[in-house]
Amino acid sequence: MGFLELHNISLSFGGIVALSQVSLSVESGRLFAIIGPNGAGKTSLLNCISGFYCPQEGGIKFDGRELVGLRPDQVARLGVARTFQNVELFGRLSVIDNMLLGRHNHFRDGFFKNILLGYLAEQETVNRTKVEEIIDFLEMEKWRKHIVANLPYGVQKRVELGRALAQEPKILLLDEPMAGMNLEETEDMARFILDIHQELGVTIVLIEHDMDVVMDISQRVCVLDFGQKIAEGTPEEVQRDHAVQNAYLGENYETMIKGELRS
Amino acid sequence: MAVTRFCVRTYRQDLRILSSPAAKIGLILFLLVLLTLPLWARKYLVFVACISGVSVIGALGLNILTGMTGLISLGHAAFMGLGAYTAAILSAKAGWPMVPCLLSGAVMSAVMGAIVGVPTLRLKGLYLVVTTLAFQFIVQHVIYHWESLTQSDKGIKLATPAFLGLEFGSYDSFYYVILFCAVLVAVLTKNLAMSRTGRALVAVRDRDIAAEIIGVNLAKYKILAFVVSSFVAGLSGALYAYLLGLIAPDHFTFNQSILYVAMIIVGGMGTVLGSVLGAVFMVLLPEVISAVSGPLASAYPTLAPRIGGISVVVYGLVIILFLLFEPEGLFGIWIRLKRYFKTWPYTY
Repeated sequence: MGFLELHNISLSFGGIVALSQVSLSVESGRLFAIIGPNGAGKTSLLNCISGFYCPQEGGIKFDGRELVGLRPDQVARLGVARTFQNVELFGRLSVIDNMLLGRHNHFRDGFFKNILLGYLAEQETVNRTKVEEIIDFLEMEKWRKHIVANLPYGVQKRVELGRALAQEPKILLLDEPMAGMNLEETEDMARFILDIHQELGVTIVLIEHDMDVVMDISQRVCVLDFGQKIAEGTPEEVQRDHAVQNAYLGENYETMIKGELRS
Repeated sequence: MAVTRFCVRTYRQDLRILSSPAAKIGLILFLLVLLTLPLWARKYLVFVACISGVSVIGALGLNILTGMTGLISLGHAAFMGLGAYTAAILSAKAGWPMVPCLLSGAVMSAVMGAIVGVPTLRLKGLYLVVTTLAFQFIVQHVIYHWESLTQSDKGIKLATPAFLGLEFGSYDSFYYVILFCAVLVAVLTKNLAMSRTGRALVAVRDRDIAAEIIGVNLAKYKILAFVVSSFVAGLSGALYAYLLGLIAPDHFTFNQSILYVAMIIVGGMGTVLGSVLGAVFMVLLPEVISAVSGPLASAYPTLAPRIGGISVVVYGLVIILFLLFEPEGLFGIWIRLKRYFKTWPYTY
């Protein structure tokens, strides 16, 4: 029994089948990667987990709780945090405020205490301290008071990761954290992901197109193609898998390459 | 000494609203002027100050809903009307004293706010605007036609406000009631903005998907914004009723709703100081116009019949100019002025 268990998930929009009969099992403490060509249904899978989509069939168990049918904010409260492919930050707020929002459910004060005490409440300081620890961890000190919309794309991605970390999640779903980054930023991000995995012990589910990174850092890889799971295993096993090679490179790619060479 | 001003040692210090001695002194002086106003000002000026105070409270309420949470409402005057009529009816017909009347006006409006807030869970943007617009006209219609309760055009005359044996019959004395309420609402709104709830509201405004993913319950916070906003609006309306002593349906028309939207646009969306500046500005604007148009009419008698309509034109013009040149409103101008003097003589 895994920490996150997807059982025969099927999802379709009208006639378009996004996912069919996908089963996954992520064990606690793993760094689990989901890969697949464009449109394979990777993001749809994350959306099912975090409650934006409700799969027509199947169940999702997380830490013993059923997730299907819960609202995104309820899923978040159970300890599931995620980042998005296109950065979803609060553009007009500062880095600190974005991350404090990540700690929304860790504040213990209610509305009336809020309006009576404002920033003098003890909770503000307590949570600010936690946020500063994460800012430290992700090396974002110099941007902490900047308005997020004015920051470069690579930093915004890092802030989003920071906001997810501020939730103190049990599991972190990362949707293409390296998309659109240069080599240096990619390496930084990979280092942060490894740090989070090893130092903080957070279970991570990662979607990524950069194969070098995926094969380097992940412990287990699952491959989706046209909404179906075609392979799962260690990075080496997946690389040797014929179905995976066909999905990425086309069928009979070996003869094709040979043909190219001959002509 | 000058350097330590920028040195922050604790997070609480970092968050301080009044970080410099100059700001503290300025605020104390400002409060002193407000507290002594009835002692040195003409009666008419006190009345204008009272109207400003009521408008400040109303604008703060709308700013919680529209500025902070991003839910545009064209029914703000309807919520004020609900508060005003509840207070007036309880005062005139049931003979309740002032404080329970004010509170029940606010609560009545908040309850209606919760009901009107429910459609917002499904509706966004323009569709929500039309819903609140419909609410405005429904309330207007009910106030006008439920004669047995509201006395329609004749209006309701309120009892003289009194609290703890003190009478607040004159503008000079009721001014202090309004001042107290305005300062209280402003401080509480500022606290709201600087705490967890306020941040969640802003998150709902800026990006609702991201708000949900970090665990903000959208439904709860949208309804909360409506309830708080209409509570404040109801209080403002109830104070307005006591201030005038006699209320009629045409105090809470659609034009008033537009005026409040204009206040927060001119003042600055989502900021407490912006609500205050915007409300005072929009109350003083017609006073300035009438002060100017009097001499203008006597200087050019041929134009005199047309000058009356000029205030509407100026209103419209002010809103357009602000939207074009200063979307941050008076608050934005204030921030820029402050930065200029802080860094003087350097540019930044």
